[in-house]
Amino acid sequence: MYTTELQKTKAVDAIEDPEKLAAFEARVAADDFIEPKDWMPEAYRRTLTRQISQHAHSEIVGMLPEGNWIGRAPSLRRKAILLAKVQDEAGHGLYLYSAAETLGTSRGQMIEALHSGKAKYSTIFNYPTVTWADIGAIGWLVDGAAIMNQVPLQRTSYGPYARAMVRVCKEESFHQRQGYEIMMHLCQGTSEQKRMAQDALNRWWWPSLMMFGPPDENSPNTAQSLRWRIKRETNDELRQKFVDITVPQAEAIGLSVPDPALHWNESKGGYDFGEIDWEEFYAVVRGEGPVAKERMKARRDAWEKNAWVREAADAYAAKKAQKKQAA
Amino acid sequence: MSKDWPLWEVFVRSRGGLSHRHVGSVHAPDAEIAVRHARDTYTRRMEGISLWVVPSAAIVASDPADDAAMFDPAADKVYRHPTFYNIPDHIKHI
Repeated sequence: MYTTELQKTKAVDAIEDPEKLAAFEARVAADDFIEPKDWMPEAYRRTLTRQISQHAHSEIVGMLPEGNWIGRAPSLRRKAILLAKVQDEAGHGLYLYSAAETLGTSRGQMIEALHSGKAKYSTIFNYPTVTWADIGAIGWLVDGAAIMNQVPLQRTSYGPYARAMVRVCKEESFHQRQGYEIMMHLCQGTSEQKRMAQDALNRWWWPSLMMFGPPDENSPNTAQSLRWRIKRETNDELRQKFVDITVPQAEAIGLSVPDPALHWNESKGGYDFGEIDWEEFYAVVRGEGPVAKERMKARRDAWEKNAWVREAADAYAAKKAQKKQAA
Repeated sequence: MSKDWPLWEVFVRSRGGLSHRHVGSVHAPDAEIAVRHARDTYTRRMEGISLWVVPSAAIVASDPADDAAMFDPAADKVYRHPTFYNIPDHIKHI
């Protein structure tokens, strides 16, 4: 799963040592990796902390729409697969929180920011999963869009983030294939099952395209992020790539993409597609997504209701440490 | 806000004959839970046959700001490398 930059903090130009700044820019321009203890400009640290923690939050919140179907998966095979996938998402969240922590923000601060509503996560998870076909559509489209974004981030300039992305990408491909397989099977099934698959595609197509973030002309930080190698391709470039590879996948199983404006453009060697409803996107970013409140309540409840487990582990560790000291 | 559990660095031996390699970190209240978390986080796909966890606070690192003084002296000691020595081609097995 993945998130795009959703939250803009006001740019505060910190006064940086020009010599160090020039050396830093030169290293990044030469595709060198920056590691946690290296000098870095404050704006780089801040932007990365926000980007990586949003990405981590998206993985964690992303467990909720799919977790919703674990108990109702149609077979034991599907249940085992879905359980493994949701566990992977937890793992991805942990890799990313660890990477973000190396920049000096604690895990507790990040989780607090998520639960208080201060931090953002990918808008895609504020849509409900109403049928089993939604689980297929999420794997195929949402994880597909995530892969599109994450593959170039394996070469991002910040070492811990790049290494986390390598691990995530290795695991993400299974997610996408299991999702497509669900859709494939539904399309080979009864007309009712096929209708269910088409309905899921209809609902997830546009939110998936929105996952790449606002259009380039409305993405003011893109130039700096590209220069710093914390973004390697623009939102619109990635979105175009996603459309180009996904449309034939839909056609191959007899599904139609819900966009009357979609057609192959021979001269650009890609598809032209319809206008995205950016009003909807910004509304979801503001927290007006169909199940946004439910998602945050589920997160806070999980955190608060399980506090006793964390406290018990702390008490046990303290008791053992005390015994060791006494011995 | 509750305090974070201590941080542990995780090392995995992927198979016999190879050394343990750093893969990432986990938070855990004690060593035993750190090993369990490391297993769940870093070895879900047969990535390893052995795990080490080390309290991150116990690691002492060199300072990247000093890397020139620390590592450069090796650059002017090329005589440490075998290719520094010219041996005629007809001398074999050396």
